[in-house]
Amino acid sequence: MGDTGELKQLPLKNLHESAGARFGGFAGWSMPITYPAGVMKEHLHTREHAGLFDISHMRLFDVAGPDAEGVLARACPLDPGQLSTGQSKLTLLLNEAAGILDDLIVTRLGADRFKVVANAGNADSDEAHLRALAKGHDCTIAPLDRVFLALQGPESEAVLKACGIDLSHLYFMQGFEPRDGWFTSRSGYTGEDGFELALPAADAGQLAEKLLADERVMWIGLAARDSLRLEAGLCLHGQDIGPDTTPVDAALLWAIPKELRDGGPYVGSQALVAARAAGAARKRVGLMPEGRQPVRAGTPLVDANGAAAGQITSGGFGPSAGAPVAMGYVATDLIKSEAELFAEVRGNRIPVRIHSLPFTPHRYRKG
Amino acid sequence: MATVYYTDDHEWISVDNGVATVGITDYAQEQLGDLVFVELPEAGKSLSKGDAAVVVESVKAASDVYAPVDGEVTAINEKLNDDPALVNSAATGDGWLWKMKLADESQLEGLMDEAGYQALIG
Repeated sequence: MGDTGELKQLPLKNLHESAGARFGGFAGWSMPITYPAGVMKEHLHTREHAGLFDISHMRLFDVAGPDAEGVLARACPLDPGQLSTGQSKLTLLLNEAAGILDDLIVTRLGADRFKVVANAGNADSDEAHLRALAKGHDCTIAPLDRVFLALQGPESEAVLKACGIDLSHLYFMQGFEPRDGWFTSRSGYTGEDGFELALPAADAGQLAEKLLADERVMWIGLAARDSLRLEAGLCLHGQDIGPDTTPVDAALLWAIPKELRDGGPYVGSQALVAARAAGAARKRVGLMPEGRQPVRAGTPLVDANGAAAGQITSGGFGPSAGAPVAMGYVATDLIKSEAELFAEVRGNRIPVRIHSLPFTPHRYRKG
Repeated sequence: MATVYYTDDHEWISVDNGVATVGITDYAQEQLGDLVFVELPEAGKSLSKGDAAVVVESVKAASDVYAPVDGEVTAINEKLNDDPALVNSAATGDGWLWKMKLADESQLEGLMDEAGYQALIG
């Protein structure tokens, strides 16, 4: 998996090592890719029981101050005024061209206090971007030093309860601070019910060991995290979405409140309105290849005549789907005409058909 | 009695009477993780040493398996079409990939024996 010498190390690295993790580089971090159970078992275990993920590469920010709401309203197509305390929302950080700089989860914790979760690879640039927008305003942007764990799967609530952490009052996309220095939300990246917990390293090591003592829990690596999120139809920034895609072609308008789709105080507003008016030339869709051969990110898509039709942005084998699954961008006119599509893999043309997302139904606990 | 050779690319070649059976080692399958698809060559195909002969696909990635020597493909392991995980569970047995008729047996001399391979993977 390459040289991990230059990579940042997880605070709980020792725990992963003793669990037999195989490490690899991701977004500048040395991350557990798989454990001895293997990606297939890890994936299925998460859907059936509870999978424990170390996602400390993600960065948590405190955004606070009398102007915090205004700064977030400028940074994202989001109306923070509509978020009640304890409510989380998926939002986007856009550039002036409405390109997606990152996808974020914002949670309101008080009148002038928010928690923001950013992707590992974008955390530094997000911070600089937010600081620039906060300049001259009474709002601080503070990255937090936390271990970040996710417990995902249908038995997550029961497992945490058995460890003395009762989160049964939370519904999907709600968050709060259960203890000093802790932050928890009922959310995740697998399509399953589950929780994300940010906490100081010492607490995290203890909690992880307690959770792992429960036979319903096992460590899950980044490989299964990827296959789980792909089956759940969730985007990976830098792969499925990025500065060159807008919420219109990425089919993420649902993440933007209706009243802000026609413009608002946020960066990229004008470009978004223009992109909506022009219509997307290509759109992100779910794709299911025929047969058993996976199609990978970067694979070109063609129509029946061999003309360029789009590209796969994420693809692999879906252990729960029992078949290869993918997502990618396809020319809008070909989507509308339901044209036959093919993935070109090593000189072969594999038929692929557009499939609604997600591939496996979400099982969130909604209020 | 077959003689087994190994390559730096973690393949094994079991040679019996001028016909070689080729697969990947247990170490290799463990590194790759759960296989979900194996793309096999067609029987009759001529391979030169170093050609990408087979593609093994895990949940996460695709990897090439190279022809360890020159020769012609005489058989492929059709069981892998339905059960690619056989390569994980029996890499050096039922999970073999293809058989080939050797074009030049002297090429085997450059390969490792079991002890040499064990030393390579530590």
